[in-house]
Formats: sequence, C-alpha cells, structure tokens
Amino acid sequence: MSGHQRVRFYQVGSHVVGNRLLDPGQRTVQARTDRSNAITSGHRACRGCGEALGARYVLDAAMRASGGQLVAANATGCLEVFSTPFPESSWQLPWIHSLFGNAPAVASGVAAALRAKGREDVRVIGQGGDGGTVDIGFGCLSGMFERGDDVLYVCYDNEAYMNTGVQRSGATPPAARTANTKPIGKHPGNAFGQGKDMPRIALAHGVPYVATATVADPHDLERKVEAAMEVRGARYLHVFVPCPLGWGSEAKDTIKLARLVVETGLFPVFEAVDGEVREVTKIRHRAPVEEYLKLQRRYAHLFGPDGHPEIVARIQAIADRNIERYGLLDGDVSSSHGYAEESRHEEGE
Amino acid sequence: MEGAAPSRFEVRVHGRGGQGVVTAAELLSVAGFDEGLHAQAFPSFGSERTGAPVVSFCRFDTRPIRSREPVSRPDALIVQDPTLLHQVDLFAGLAADGYLLVNSGRDLTELGLADLLDRHRPERLLTVPAGEIARRLLGKPLPNAALLGGFAALTGRLRLDSVQAAIRERFRGKPGEANAAAAAECFELVAARTGEGARA
Amino acid sequence: MLKQTEGSAAVAETVAACRPEVVCAYPISPQTHIVEGISDLVRAGELERCEYVTVESEFAAMSVCIGASAAGARAYTATASQGLLYMAEALYNASGLGLPIVMTVANRAIGAPINIWNDHSDTMSQRDCGWIQLYAETNQEAADLHVQAFRIAERLSLPVLVCMDGFVLTHAHERVDVPEREAVDAFLPRFEPAQALDPAEPVTIGAMVGPEAYAEVKYLAHAKQLQALDAIPEVAAEFESAFGRPSGGLLRGYRTEDAETVVVALGSVLGTIEDTVDAMREDGVAIGALALKSFRPFPVEEVRAALAGAKRVLVVEKALAVGIGGIVSADLRMALAGLEVRCDTAIAGLGGRPITGEALRGLFEDAVAGRLRPLTFLDMDWERVEAELRRLGEGGRSGPHAENILREAGIVAGRSH
Repeated sequence: MSGHQRVRFYQVGSHVVGNRLLDPGQRTVQARTDRSNAITSGHRACRGCGEALGARYVLDAAMRASGGQLVAANATGCLEVFSTPFPESSWQLPWIHSLFGNAPAVASGVAAALRAKGREDVRVIGQGGDGGTVDIGFGCLSGMFERGDDVLYVCYDNEAYMNTGVQRSGATPPAARTANTKPIGKHPGNAFGQGKDMPRIALAHGVPYVATATVADPHDLERKVEAAMEVRGARYLHVFVPCPLGWGSEAKDTIKLARLVVETGLFPVFEAVDGEVREVTKIRHRAPVEEYLKLQRRYAHLFGPDGHPEIVARIQAIADRNIERYGLLDGDVSSSHGYAEESRHEEGE
Repeated sequence: MEGAAPSRFEVRVHGRGGQGVVTAAELLSVAGFDEGLHAQAFPSFGSERTGAPVVSFCRFDTRPIRSREPVSRPDALIVQDPTLLHQVDLFAGLAADGYLLVNSGRDLTELGLADLLDRHRPERLLTVPAGEIARRLLGKPLPNAALLGGFAALTGRLRLDSVQAAIRERFRGKPGEANAAAAAECFELVAARTGEGARA
Repeated sequence: MLKQTEGSAAVAETVAACRPEVVCAYPISPQTHIVEGISDLVRAGELERCEYVTVESEFAAMSVCIGASAAGARAYTATASQGLLYMAEALYNASGLGLPIVMTVANRAIGAPINIWNDHSDTMSQRDCGWIQLYAETNQEAADLHVQAFRIAERLSLPVLVCMDGFVLTHAHERVDVPEREAVDAFLPRFEPAQALDPAEPVTIGAMVGPEAYAEVKYLAHAKQLQALDAIPEVAAEFESAFGRPSGGLLRGYRTEDAETVVVALGSVLGTIEDTVDAMREDGVAIGALALKSFRPFPVEEVRAALAGAKRVLVVEKALAVGIGGIVSADLRMALAGLEVRCDTAIAGLGGRPITGEALRGLFEDAVAGRLRPLTFLDMDWERVEAELRRLGEGGRSGPHAENILREAGIVAGRSH
C-alpha cells in the first residue's frame, strides 16, 4: 500500500507492544511491525481514548484474518469524527461513513454488492459506538442479524453519546452521570433498570457468532476477531472501551478500567456460537465495584459524605448476578439460564 | 353520431373486494389489446380488503387513450354483486343507450330496478346468473370471468375467443379452462336473449 | 416487446433488464407490485448476479443502496410517500456522496391524514435533496425512464428518482413496449463507478467537512444537476435513436406554438389535460399544454422559451406547499421572471381525488376568460372546511379533523335487498 505509514515500536515492555518472552507466533497482531495499521496515527482522538485503541486492535486483526481484503462501514460518532478531520483521513482501508443510524445497513449493502460481483473474498465490517448501535442503529442492526448478512458488526461501547457531549444512551449503565442524567435532586444519575444488553439481544437473533471483549486483553480481543472472521453470516462483537473525557477518568487508567470492569463482574466477557455461550473469561482477582467506580468522576456522587452506599450496593448486586449467571468465578458453573459453559480452568467443574 | 360506433367505449365494473373486480377490468383490457384496440384498465380502490365495495374501469379505443380520469359516463356497466344495488349509486352516468349486465338469477324488476328500464334501452339491460354458472363450473361463485362472456355477447365489442384467450392467459390450467367455459356459457345465454337488436 | 400489462410489471421487467446488482425491497402501497415483480424474476433465475435484499425499513433500503453503490454495484429500490420521508436523511446522503442510485417513487400523498392514493406531495417534499427528478406521463414512459435514469445517473454520478403516479399508473393496465434485455444491454454500459470501496485502492468516503470546504462539496451536486440539463435531453435523444420512440427529456410542448394560454403539469394528469386542450381547440380556443418531465433540475431556459409566447400560464399541481400554495408554480415564476406572462396555480387531485375532464374544462375556461384567482383549489368542498374550522374555533374538544369531516361527508344509507 503506497503511503502506508511505517510502524515503529519503542521499548516499553507491556503486553501490548510485544512480550519478548512470548513466542513470536503467540504475540498479538499489534506486536508486529507488519500489522496493517488500518487506522493510522494522526487521528484526533483524546489521549487515553479506548475507542481508538479498540478500533485499531479490531481492524488490524480483521485485516490480517482477511488478507487485507476488508471494507469498513462506520457510523457517525467519535471514531468517525476523529479519524477523518478534513482534509485528512487516518483510514488505510476502504472506508465509508454514511449516517448515524445506518452503519449496519450500509455494511449489508457493501456485502450484497460484493456478493453480486462474486467478490466474497472481500470481507465487511460495520462499526459504531453504543449510541449508533443500540439506539438509532438498532433497527438496521436487527435487520442485518435477521437476514444473516455476511458482516461482522463491532460496537465500541463507551456507554454514552460522547461525540455530542456525553449524553446518555441506551447503553449507559445505572447511576452514571451524563449531561442529561445528572445527579440532581433525588436522582442518582442514570436510572436503574434501563440499558439494553446488546450482546444478549444479538444472541437472541441466533446469529452464528457473538462475543464481548475489552481493550485490556488484546489477545482475547484479537482471537475473537479471528474467530469471527472464520465464520460467514451476521456476527457481533461488543467491545468495552473506556472514555476518559466522558467518564471523568485519567487517561492512564483506560486499560485499568477495562480490566476492572471485568474483574468486578460488571462486564461479562464471553463468546457465543449459534446462540449458546461457549466460553467465558473467568475473573482472576475479584474486585468490589467500588474499586472500578471510584476511578470515574461520573460516579463521584455515589461516594463521600453525600454519597449513596445503597446505590453502590445495587450496582454490586448487578455484578454479583452477572457472576452467577455467567459462572465467572473459578470452579463456577453457570447456575441458570441453561448456558452451555466450559470452564477455562483446567480442573473443570 | 348515429350509425357509426364511436371509437371510445367505456366500461365500469362494480363488485366487492375478493370478487375479482379489478381482474375483470384487466381481462377486458387484455382482450381488447388482443383485438388490436387500445385499452386501459385501472381500479379505484387501494388497500386490500375483502368485502368492501370496489370499482374498476376499462376504456377501449381505436386510437391511443390519454385520459386518466375515472369512467363517469360508462357505455357499459357490469355489476358483479347484486347486494350493492341499493347501497351504492352504481348507475351514475350510464349512457341512455348504455349496457348493463347484473350478476343475478332474478330479473331487473324483481331486483327493484324497473325504473332503469324506462330510462334506458331495455334490451340492453340484462341479468345473468353468472355466479351460479361459476359455482357449477369452477366450484366457487366467482362471477367475474363468466360475466365477461356475457359482456361480449351483450355489447358485441369483443369477441368471445378474445375474452377466453385473456382468461386462459391469466388463469393457467384447469381454472383457466373452467373460467373460459363459464364465459362461453354466459355468452350463449346472453346471445340467445339479445339476438341482434341490442348491438345496433 | 409490446404487451398489455400493469404499469408496475412493466417497470419491474424494465428494471430487471437494466441488470441491477443490488435491489432493496421494503413494501409500501402502491409500489408493492414493482418489488414483487423483481423478486419473482430474481427467484426464477432471470436476473442473474443480483442480490435482492429484503430490508426492515425504507431507511434501511436506501442505506443498503448507499453501501452497495459505494462498493461499485448498480443499486435500485422503490418507495412512496411515508417511505420516502422515512429515508429522507439517506436521500441527502446519497446525493451528497455522489452515488448513482436509481429509485422509483410511486407518487402518493403524505399523511396525516393517512391516504394511500396519488398526488405529488412525496417527491415534491424532497425537491431539494439533490436527486434528479423525472416524471412519467404514461406507463410506457415510466418504463423507458428507468433505462435512461441509470445512464444519466452513472454518467453524472448523481442519483435519480423516476416518479410515476401511484395507482393511476402503477396499477393501470395499458399497452407498453417493454424494453428487451438485449436492447437495454446495448444502451446501458456496465457501471464504472467514479468511486468505489476497493481494497486494492482504499479510499475514505463520507469524511467530515468543515466550513472551509462544505460549500464547494455541496455545490458539486448543484453543478451536476446543471450538467443534467444537457445530459437528460442527450440521453433522451440517444434513447429515441436506439428504441425508436420519444421518451423523457426535459419537457414537451403540446400545441403550444400559437397558444395564448398554456397549462403546465407533471405526470399522468397530462393525458386528461391534452384531451381537454383538444376539445377546446375544436372550439377555437388558443390553448396548449406543457409537460414538465424533469422537475429537478428545473429547466429554466427551456420553460422560458416554451412559454415566452403565452399570455397566461396555468400550473395544475398535485401538491400543496402548506402556508403558501404552489410548488411548481414558484419555480416556474422564477423561470418567467421579467416576461409579461400571467401565472396562476390550481391545486388538484390531492389524496387521489380524480381530476375530471369536465372540471379541467371549467378551470381552463376560467383561465382563458381571466376569471381565475392566483391560487385555486379544484373541486374543494369549502363547506366541509368551513364547518370544521367553525368547530375548532368553538374551542373545547372538537375532535379529530379527519373523523369530523368524514362524518360530515356522510355515507349512502343502505336499503336491504
């Protein structure tokens, strides 16, 4: 590819860049200098942006899996805006942005065109934030699932409409503060009981592959992208991506928050094939939800002298329920809902 | 314009949704086309709903037809469902020397339409039990195709074989044959009653 | 092949002959027979290498077309009325991105009140969205315009709407010489896109553009429409040469050469208008008609030239700009600026109300006699309107307008037989 920016690594010694103790074959795509860098540097994301990270991990893995034969359709949102500041573009693959609510449909259209032309070697990714996926793009996504269009749809979930100034979306978790769910008066931020569980909604559509992942575990995320690319049909990947600006967290805590959300049980990481959960990521060091919540100013109103320990308790209950439901602790078997579940722990059940 | 048949001939078909009123007009237009005429058929209803009153139109002409307005001065009326007779104003605009064909086993007087016989040429107004013919030949009382045979005989504007060809093209196989037979039977019935007088 | 066929069926066959690669289908009356017809052809294997995508909304239909067209495929869909509005955002997106999609609109009124019958409210509401708008007078022209539309769209990289009156044309059976596949193949070259999502040559489509460049990008759609003022007649001439019949173009005059009064209209009502013109000509009235075929781009120079000799112009419109009046008339008046021509508007046929030759005759006679007001509503029942306004004015819970007016309109009492 002409104009392809060369990747240079600097010695940092974290897993992300390449652990010298690992066999090269076991290293992540990100650890290789020959990665496609599908979204290259120079974009205008905030420092510490989880979405920029997530998009890079996903697309580079998908480019590798498809031999560079990949087209991306992107919804309006942070990713689209910061990646194409006129007159520049950081995309090194064919990329289209149409509207806010239609990324899944545009992706379906690209896939249909490729099929009509006998070019099914070229793969399609549709991608968007949580707003574009669970709210305004929901109908189109559901249609794409129902038809089984050959598209991998990726949702980068930072739990609010960030690009427009941090307003709540259908994916905003309970008690979170956003620009229109402020903890004013007796309201504890975003209301409880709301929030669409998009991965489970994808499961309910019976599509061949559904998985959740975070930017804290690139091995897992890349493996899931690879697994998804091995399948044809409608596939869904939900990636948890912290947003320092919107969450009021430190840029340096982005990876930490992604790790903590898993370790608390608030964000179950799993992989499902044909509508059945096949694998979950076990929690290695269980953390209480406070450890996660306290790092984000969007939950600051829950703590301190005017805090709401009862709300924190309710959030903890959500985490507990997830742990039980998905069997997230070692030795756990999923206790309900008939999920087929395999423990990653060697000892089994 | 005495003596010469005017080139424009307009038909209006009345019935209820589900009785093939729209199809009737279309078949007329196809038959007309097959005879080298220009023909235009269109419905006046929209949403699909059984049982509601439906009207369709068919225009014939030897020259291209440009007008798109509904037929307000029909030269011929076909009434597929007698239950409409006193519910809807079916006869609006019927030409003084217009034709009327009603699907019924009763005659016009029995149907309460004696006044029509005074205002129009009585030999051009007929009832014919098309539904019963259809029930016997098709197994269902769908009178539309049968009535077209009657129309051909009554007005002389189309040949029976054109009507039958249109029917067979639309309904393949056995239903096509049965409908074509019903049209023929209706044609014979009407032809026997009208002789040549009606067509002058 | 010459056949007696339903308008929708003729369009479906013709579109199939244009070899679309992606067809999107979401049903809405009165377009349903078109998408059903194409589905049958795809299933019967008569339309190869065509992906037929049943989408979950009209917004999705246009979005799938956008993706498909951007990936270099010839894309097509059809809609009407509410469906067109539902995809409004995507319409602007398609034209702004320069994607040569072709779409049939089976012209239908827009609710509320909900109404499935024909008028031009739908496409008129989208006159600024950047799509070329061509209006068919007959089903023959509707079929022919689709062939021309793909050629125009792909030549200019701009999407095209082919407008045909819902029910009046779509559901009318009449004779149509349906263009055959070989003839269309010879006429329509393979789609060679100006831009394409292609891993071999990656491009970014749909980038954000700020104040420093938006106006120029936006102007491109306008520039292409100005080019269309040449492309449309060129393609129409090419079509006539290939298929042996005139069809399309920017406009067509009917007995306008020595006409003092000219009636302007779009779509199928022109048939009834021309019959009326002929009848009045027999009575010695110097009247003619002007069929506008391209509404966007609006053929300003051609309209001006066609009407320069007239004393008065009457625009018969099937849509209403609520709050002011005529839509086509407004554009027409711009075209006639500076000329000594009186221009009046008659709004007719809203919600599928039939436009009769008799009513037109009366209207035209009023126009000729100078009795018309600038804005007339043909066949309007003013009593019903006044009655409802009175009810509303009385305050309190006067009730839904539609229910009140329908009740006022009454039903013919039934006598049991």
